[in-house]
Amino acid sequence: MTGAAAAGAGARRVAILGGGPAGLAAAQAALAAGAEVTLLDEGGRLGGQYWRHHEQLTDRRLQHGWARFERLKGVLDRAEVHTGASVWSAEASDGVVRLRAVVGPADATSRTALEIEADAVVVATGAHDLALPVPGWTLPGVTTAGAAQALAKRDGVTVGRRTVVSGAGPFLLPVAQSLAIAGSEVVGVHEASRIGGLAAGWLPRPWQLAGKAGELVEYVGALARHRIPYRIGSGVVRVLGTDRVEGVVIAALDADWRPVPGSEREVACDSVALGHGFTPRLEVAIALGAAIEGDRRGRFVVVDDTQRTSVSGVYAAGEITGIGGADAALAEGAVAGFMAAGGSLDDDRMRGPLAVRRRMGAFAARLERAHGIRPGWTSWLADDTVICRCENVTRRTIADRADAPLRAMKLATRAGLGACQGRTCGRAVEAIVAEAGGSPEGFDRRPVLAPVRLGEVAALGRGSTVVDTEPARCDDAGTTVAAVDVQ
Amino acid sequence: MRVAVIGSGIVGAACALALVEGGAEVVVIDRVGVAGETSSRCEGNLLVSDKAPGAEADLAVASNAMWRSLAERLDADRPNGQPATEFEAKGGIVVAFGGGEAALERFAEAQRATGIRAEAMDVAALAAAEPFLSPEVVHAVHYPDDAQIQPSTATQALLDTAIRAGARLVIGEVTGPLGRPGGLSGVTTTAGPIEADVVVNCAGPWAGEVAARLGARLDIRPRRGVILVTTPMPQRVFHKVYDSDYVGAVGSGDAALQTSTVVESTPGGTVLIGSSRERVGFDDRPGVAPAAAIAAKAVRLFPFLEETVLLRSYFGFRPYAPDHLPVIGADPDVAGLVHATGHEGAGIGLAPATAELVAHAVLGTTTALDPAPFLPGRASLQETA
Amino acid sequence: MIRITVDAEPLEGRDGQTIAGVLIGAGRTAWRSAQTGDRGVFCGIGVCHDCLVTVNGVEGVRACQREAVDGDRVEREVRA
Repeated sequence: MTGAAAAGAGARRVAILGGGPAGLAAAQAALAAGAEVTLLDEGGRLGGQYWRHHEQLTDRRLQHGWARFERLKGVLDRAEVHTGASVWSAEASDGVVRLRAVVGPADATSRTALEIEADAVVVATGAHDLALPVPGWTLPGVTTAGAAQALAKRDGVTVGRRTVVSGAGPFLLPVAQSLAIAGSEVVGVHEASRIGGLAAGWLPRPWQLAGKAGELVEYVGALARHRIPYRIGSGVVRVLGTDRVEGVVIAALDADWRPVPGSEREVACDSVALGHGFTPRLEVAIALGAAIEGDRRGRFVVVDDTQRTSVSGVYAAGEITGIGGADAALAEGAVAGFMAAGGSLDDDRMRGPLAVRRRMGAFAARLERAHGIRPGWTSWLADDTVICRCENVTRRTIADRADAPLRAMKLATRAGLGACQGRTCGRAVEAIVAEAGGSPEGFDRRPVLAPVRLGEVAALGRGSTVVDTEPARCDDAGTTVAAVDVQ
Repeated sequence: MRVAVIGSGIVGAACALALVEGGAEVVVIDRVGVAGETSSRCEGNLLVSDKAPGAEADLAVASNAMWRSLAERLDADRPNGQPATEFEAKGGIVVAFGGGEAALERFAEAQRATGIRAEAMDVAALAAAEPFLSPEVVHAVHYPDDAQIQPSTATQALLDTAIRAGARLVIGEVTGPLGRPGGLSGVTTTAGPIEADVVVNCAGPWAGEVAARLGARLDIRPRRGVILVTTPMPQRVFHKVYDSDYVGAVGSGDAALQTSTVVESTPGGTVLIGSSRERVGFDDRPGVAPAAAIAAKAVRLFPFLEETVLLRSYFGFRPYAPDHLPVIGADPDVAGLVHATGHEGAGIGLAPATAELVAHAVLGTTTALDPAPFLPGRASLQETA
Repeated sequence: MIRITVDAEPLEGRDGQTIAGVLIGAGRTAWRSAQTGDRGVFCGIGVCHDCLVTVNGVEGVRACQREAVDGDRVEREVRA
């Protein structure tokens, strides 16, 4: 049965972008509200970063909330699901949302064109790691914490045998656990925040940790089991090596993340995992016209109580509305999907998601207070440290042009103009420009939303028929109903 | 002489340098800063190939020669932070597919009569010059004087040089005139009043709005152009290569989407593909139609592009006057106001010659160029105003 | 078990692994030449484009995103 047949004629057409926790919860809720649902995800498998997996390669010890994932997937036989779908264009006008994607193996040529028209869309594009630049971070063996996690979970491999994990936030804990289980010694986990900041963020309302606490306790247990030292107020401030990682310099960091003079010590390792936070993937929401709020320390999609953005018919959920983790994303996704499908917040089925969303909203605020990036980090950079990895632009080059408008600065230095389009360096470049007295914001607008081949774009210009692919099906079913499952 | 230059795009920057070196005390005023709009949202074309014989072609030929010495000067002994102009005299090749060869050759013949170098290429020469070009191309004309520049960095280099020579940059928006009606003695801005003996309006597509704020009438409209950029790759395009339908589009006032293919490599390794032309006001949501149309034509010209990854696209607004000629010179009604705008898609190429005409209008410096065809008071503009 | 070649050298990987997974599993950490040295995986989730390779003659494929297929011909990309 296709999505359309299941929903019946005249049902609201809801498109969902992203198959992570937020997108899957949105799909479940939109289906429950009677919508005709189409879900697109760029990955080869559903699950997003949180439930990244491969049926044969993933160690089950690395999965959390797996039953929930299976329940969410279980209802998708009533939806049209496209994995391996790169959405490269998104437009919203006159109450109609139009998405253009190519579907097929990653970065292949002549993938199948897909054009989706919908009455509403839930943008649940998530976030990627924010790894701050460190001298030596372009050496092979340095990855983001997310890469270490993805490689361990999805491919069952680790980049090195002795890994140092450094950055900020609770995400470092599962990363260390994954590395250890997948076969690397973890020399240490270095959390930049100090006890004062952690206490300010975490201690006042410990009961808000409910739900999260179990997972955190599990990670702490894993660190102990694998004898992994966890050090707060410290971090990797330089990576050593000539052709690849040979070691790192660890320093104590003050409350503003400035290295404490004299505290540096060298540690031998062959790989480094860096994760100082997350950057929301805003380009699709921006292309759809959704308002963004915040500054360079964090910019997110603005949503109301119903998860609706500033644009009618455009909803947003998960990390693009604020970094809050999987539980928040699940709750927001359920609200967004239900409302996009024409549901009401007064519906009994919204009670669970609304309660979780309330609790997790406070969690997100405390996360930012405890682990948010502090401005002193730029003092561990050297003038010749590469900031933009794609175009090899140094800190000095960027600072020298900081007084120009951002667009002119980028064109003069090439910072942010490379293959990743500033996704990796954007926030760091903004910090350097701000420090040098410029006004930096504006790395999030990207008219081409995903890599697409010119021939695939040209196919549209030649007026060729857009082919709708046979939708993929998820046929493993789960039936357990939890408090926030919307059915 | 105190001169206020409104706008720090390529035309404003070139005028600032010419004026400060002519002895004026220069203040440049811009809403966002150097090259914040059109001059960082275009291709950097220094073209003679697309100009039909006439006043603009003469200006283009003169300006093209000026750019060679100007770029050399800007790139020599660059101080810290001043970007390179990336000037490259790579030459252009205009090609025709079957059926288009006669029109292209006729156009080239007319250009030759005015002194533009336009050399017919045989198939062997074309294959040697552009080995990745479509075998369906039947005729080509080589324009050795066509050149390319990185427009944003060239603008920054120009303004940096003007500032080192004594010009001042103020970030602010012009809000109105200073002085009595019909005679300016400066402008008011969001950053405070700026007194000046002459105000030069280099606000590009916003020049009409600036003129109105200063009590003058100037019909300048925006035309949107979308450009595509590929990921970096080994060099496979060696000149600026155009489909000959480029020639037809430049002078047209049709509102509908038009595209013509211009393909070239940049020093960064990317391939730049332009461009579309749409008269849609300052609409900033081009959608996919222009990109798709440009991509289709580019792939026809260079089949290897079919598999090339599109990295980004951008668009800008080009200023044009109803008669499609640049508007350079004294305002016919408001004393103390000089305009320099309306260059459509040719502002980068025409900037040095425009600056020379502006210096002539403001300071009375000598020029071999004929200002008459570009004066704001010309008959073809007064009819529509 | 799958077999691919990387710059003509045969490598073995596990069924379902990405090209990056096969390369790392074989002990390689870098496979693209950038101006400031070699690069391999950095973000691991398709964002940074550091891990680009040419696959079966097609340039610009993210090794961390593309599932390896038996017989894939993988070549190094060099940024001049």
